[in-house]
Amino acid sequence: MEADLKSTMSDRRLALAAVGAWVAPHAGDLEALIDRASRTGREVEAVDIDAAAIDRLDTIGAWLLARLVRTFTEQGCDTRLLGLSEQRRRLLDEIGRANLEPASRPARDHPIRAALVVVGRSVAGLGWDLLHFMQMLGELSAVLMRVLVRPRRFRFTSVVHHLDRVGWRAVPIMVLITFLIGSIIAQQGIFHFRRFGADLYVVDMVGILILREIGVLIVTIMVAGRSGSAYTAELGAMKMREEVDALRTMGIDPVEVLILPRILALVIAVPLLSFLGSMAALYGGGLVCWLYGGISPDNFLTRLKEAISLDTFEVGIIKAPFMALIIGIVACVEGLKVQGSAESLGSQTTASVVKSIFAVIVLDGLFAIFFASIGK
Amino acid sequence: MAATGNEVAIRVRDLVVGFGDTTVLDHLSIDVFRGEILGFVGGSGAGKSVLMRTIIGLLPKRAGTIEVFGVDLDRVTDTERRETERRWGILFQQGALFSSLTVRQNIQFPMREFLDLSDRLLDEVAMVKLDMVGLGPDVGDKFPSELSGGMTKRVALARALALDPEIVFLDEPTSGLDPIGAGEFDDLIRTLQRTLGLTVFMVTHDLDSLNTVCDRIAALSDGQVVAAGPMTAMLASEHPWVRAYFHGKRAR
Repeated sequence: MEADLKSTMSDRRLALAAVGAWVAPHAGDLEALIDRASRTGREVEAVDIDAAAIDRLDTIGAWLLARLVRTFTEQGCDTRLLGLSEQRRRLLDEIGRANLEPASRPARDHPIRAALVVVGRSVAGLGWDLLHFMQMLGELSAVLMRVLVRPRRFRFTSVVHHLDRVGWRAVPIMVLITFLIGSIIAQQGIFHFRRFGADLYVVDMVGILILREIGVLIVTIMVAGRSGSAYTAELGAMKMREEVDALRTMGIDPVEVLILPRILALVIAVPLLSFLGSMAALYGGGLVCWLYGGISPDNFLTRLKEAISLDTFEVGIIKAPFMALIIGIVACVEGLKVQGSAESLGSQTTASVVKSIFAVIVLDGLFAIFFASIGK
Repeated sequence: MAATGNEVAIRVRDLVVGFGDTTVLDHLSIDVFRGEILGFVGGSGAGKSVLMRTIIGLLPKRAGTIEVFGVDLDRVTDTERRETERRWGILFQQGALFSSLTVRQNIQFPMREFLDLSDRLLDEVAMVKLDMVGLGPDVGDKFPSELSGGMTKRVALARALALDPEIVFLDEPTSGLDPIGAGEFDDLIRTLQRTLGLTVFMVTHDLDSLNTVCDRIAALSDGQVVAAGPMTAMLASEHPWVRAYFHGKRAR
C-alpha cells in the first residue's frame, strides 16, 4: 500500500488527489510530494485537495495535509480540502490549529564569539567555585561552633558510620595501591642509581619521597575518587528528591546533619589512611630493595634512620587533614549544585572528582613552597 | 474506525501474578474493547498498576494469557512483539520524562528511533503533539525539571501519543492535579480519543473522571475483576467493596 499525491492542472486550477496510506512510514516520500506540489502553486489561483481516497491517515499524514493547505493558503490560493470523513475532519481541525511560530531554534552565535563566551563562562565559573568553597567553609565553621557550644547536637553515630565507610573500608585498597607505588619507586630508583653505584641512596629517595609527598598524595587522590564522588552522588540524589529541602523546612540545617559528619569523618580518616599508606609504601620499597637491589632489611633500616627525621614524616602528615577538608567541601558543594536531571548528577560528580584532585595537587604545591621557605 | 464495536483490543484470561508468597492477581479476566475508555478502579495496593505493567510486559506473569489486538504476546517472535509494542503508548504515573532531554526532544525521541522523518517534519509534528495536549510551543525548549505537575503529565501524554498508538495506558493521569486541571485533562483525553480513535485503559481513583470520561468501569478487588460495566452497573453492584467505593462519603 503506497501513498501518492496526483495532480492535474486545468485553467489555473490545481486538483490534487491524495491516495493510499498517509501514515508515518511513508512520511519521507509524502513530504517530497508535498514540496513538489506546493512549488507548482505559483501560477494557480485555486486548489482542490481531494482526500477521499486516503485509506489510512495518522497524525503525521494529517499534519502533512494540513501543511499543504497552509502553504497554498499562504501563497494566496483559494484552497479547499474535500472528501474527509467526520472523524478525519475533526483530526485535521485539531492539527491545523497548531501554532508553530516559536519552533525556530535560537540563533547560533558566531563561532569565535561562542568560543570566547565559553572561556569567559569558565573563568567566571572559577570565581564562583572559589566563592562557593569559601561559603561552605564559613557555614561549616559556624555549624562547628554551634555544635561545640551544644555538644548534644553533634551527630556522633553519623560520624562513626561515615568513618567506617571512608576510613575502615578503604584500608585494603589504599594499602595495596601505596604498597605497589612504593615498590615501583624503589625498583626504578635501584635500576637507575645502580649505573653510578649509588644504590644505597635509593633508601633516602624512597624514604623522603614517600613520607613527604607520595604517601599523602596517592591516598588523597584515591579518597577523592572513592569517597568524594560518593558524597557528591549521595547529596545530589538527596537534592534531586527534595530531601535536602525537606530537612530545611523542618528547621534542620542540612550542613549540620549531612555535611559536617561527612567532612569530619574525612578529616579523621585521611591522616590515618595516609599513615597506613606511607607505611605500606615503605614496606613495599624495603621489600624491593631487599629482593631486587640486594639491600638487606637491616641496612635499609639503618640507612632510613639516617635519611629521615620525624620532621619528614610530620611535613607529610600535616597536609592530610587540609586535603581531606578540601575534598570534602568540594564534594559537598558540587553535590548541592545538582539540578533535576540525571545528567546533572553525572556532570557534578565528574566535576567533584576533577576539581578536588586538582585542588589537592595545587595545595600540595603551596605546602611545598611554604616548607621550603621555612627551611624544613 | 473509531466505532465502539465489540471488537476486543485487549483480552486477559485467568491471569495470575504474584511476588514471592503473595498473589496479587488471582485468575483475573477482562476485555477492553476497541475505541472505548475503560476506567480501572481498585483499592491502594489492589494490583491496578500491576495489571497494567503485566499487560505491557514489564512484569512477568505466572499463568494466564494476554492478547493484544488478537496477538498472544507469549507466542510471538521478538519482531512481532516490538511491532505490537509500537501500537501502544504509556503514560506513567510520574511522567517518566527523560530528564536530560528537552520537552521537544522527549516527544521526538520515539519518532526519531522508529520513523524516518526529516528534521523539519520532526519539529513540526512535535509542536502539533504539544498543541494537541494543550501546551504552547514555548514549552518545547524547556527541560522536564522546569515543568509543573500538570504540564509534566501533558508532555508525557504527548510523548505517549508520538507514534500514533491505538491503545494508550494511563496510570492515574489526574492524580496530583487540582480539580480544574484534572477536569481539563479528562476533556483532553476525551477529545483525543474522539479525534484519534484511541482505545484508553485508564487506572484512576478519580470518581469525577470515572463519571465524565469513562465508557466502562472495571473494579478490582481480591485479585479479580468483581464488576465491569458502565457507571449505572457500578452503582447497582452488590459487591461490598464496589458499594463502599461508589456509595461512600466521597461519592455523589
